[in-house]
Amino acid sequence: MAENREFFTRRLHSLLGVVPIGLFMVQHLIINHFAVYGEESFNKAAGFMANLPFVLVLEIFVIYLPILFHAILGVYIVFVAKNNVRRFGFVRNWLFYLQRITGIVTLVFIAWHVFETRVQVALGNAEVNYSLMEGILDNPVMFWFYVIGVLSAVFHFANGLWGFFVSWGIAQSPRSQKIVTYATLLVFLVVSYIGIRTLITFAYGV
Amino acid sequence: MAEQKTVTFIITRQDSPDSAPYKQSFNVPYRKNMNVISGLMEIRKNPVTADGEKTTPIAWDMSCLEEVCGACSMVINGVPRQSCAALVDELEHPIRLEPMSTFPVVRDLVIDRERMFDALKQVKAWIPIDGTYDLGPGPRMPEKKRQWAYELSKCMTCGVCLEACPNVNDKSNFIGPAAISQARLFNSHPTGEMNAAERIAGLMEDGGLVGCGNAQNCVQVCPKGIPLTTSIAAMNRAATVQSFKNFFGSDNAH
Repeated sequence: MAENREFFTRRLHSLLGVVPIGLFMVQHLIINHFAVYGEESFNKAAGFMANLPFVLVLEIFVIYLPILFHAILGVYIVFVAKNNVRRFGFVRNWLFYLQRITGIVTLVFIAWHVFETRVQVALGNAEVNYSLMEGILDNPVMFWFYVIGVLSAVFHFANGLWGFFVSWGIAQSPRSQKIVTYATLLVFLVVSYIGIRTLITFAYGV
Repeated sequence: MAEQKTVTFIITRQDSPDSAPYKQSFNVPYRKNMNVISGLMEIRKNPVTADGEKTTPIAWDMSCLEEVCGACSMVINGVPRQSCAALVDELEHPIRLEPMSTFPVVRDLVIDRERMFDALKQVKAWIPIDGTYDLGPGPRMPEKKRQWAYELSKCMTCGVCLEACPNVNDKSNFIGPAAISQARLFNSHPTGEMNAAERIAGLMEDGGLVGCGNAQNCVQVCPKGIPLTTSIAAMNRAATVQSFKNFFGSDNAH
């Protein structure tokens, strides 16, 4: 493997984006959706997640290290592309471009989001509960920042899932690639709804 | 007598590989059924710019003049394509000609496509049949498969797919779609498949398959309609299987 480092790291990058990062994100948004059923219901679910056994180990190996690897290599991948959507305005080329833009936006969003929530909790400045998120999202600027951040992350996941199917050689024929495109579009719409619906509850209480 | 119709060409020129590019305009007399190359030949006959200034003839590459050699690729009105197959009557005027930007310019519209030939070497895009004795006729190829493989064999290394690919540039070492599809062609040949693992190994080297970001411009612009993205996905699958064989071990890893 040592002689094919680029092959290994790029395939690992593709895999980590789906498992565990993508799965974690979907799970995270679904757990957060408990907010829609009321403050108590959210606090119960968030409390359960925050008090999982070995939570710090789980966080490090399922979340922090994979995201760190994916982000660092991802920024490099963004850097080596020379986008040309103005010359070649094909749909896939736009999605390629958007994948890179949403990657950077998501990176900024996640850094901010983790600092504001997980880091503050670790420092003892905050507690994981409904009112923490309510306090953040009460501010319309933060609300829209979160909307953009969530949409970016979900787009990056859904389109990256398509890329995973192609890069690993699962979807080979043009027809299968097209059907995977529609399937991942559905993933984008459904997961976006779950995420945005939660944000609306935190911000406006509805 | 009616005034002679002319065609205007705006050409991006460059005197040497390291000098700065500049633009020159030329008016050439119109003839019926002209292609871009016949326009360039007119300029060569009388290398005078639209401003009446005498200049050097334009340098460009060409060979077959029937869109099978790939030598005359250039960017015509923003689109990379073969200048032999670009008919003046079907183009927007004035006609803008530029060298393909992905490749180093040798002079004017002449570019150096050596990186494509290096890529073919990396993936061993040939069938080794030399031996110290007569190896015999080799296995037969089913007709159906031959017809299918013929489509892949139309690649003329013209460079248009590399020009369109956002991941082929001076910051990346990606070999581009053409060589990946050629590896698929030779891996599907009954004699060629005896060396399939060697070609996949070439694709797994740095700058290989994983440089693809699935922008899929290549398949849209290929003048020969080669299913390049299908080839890339097919080789992605082959490389996935090969990497598992390499790591976990297999008697079929070759």
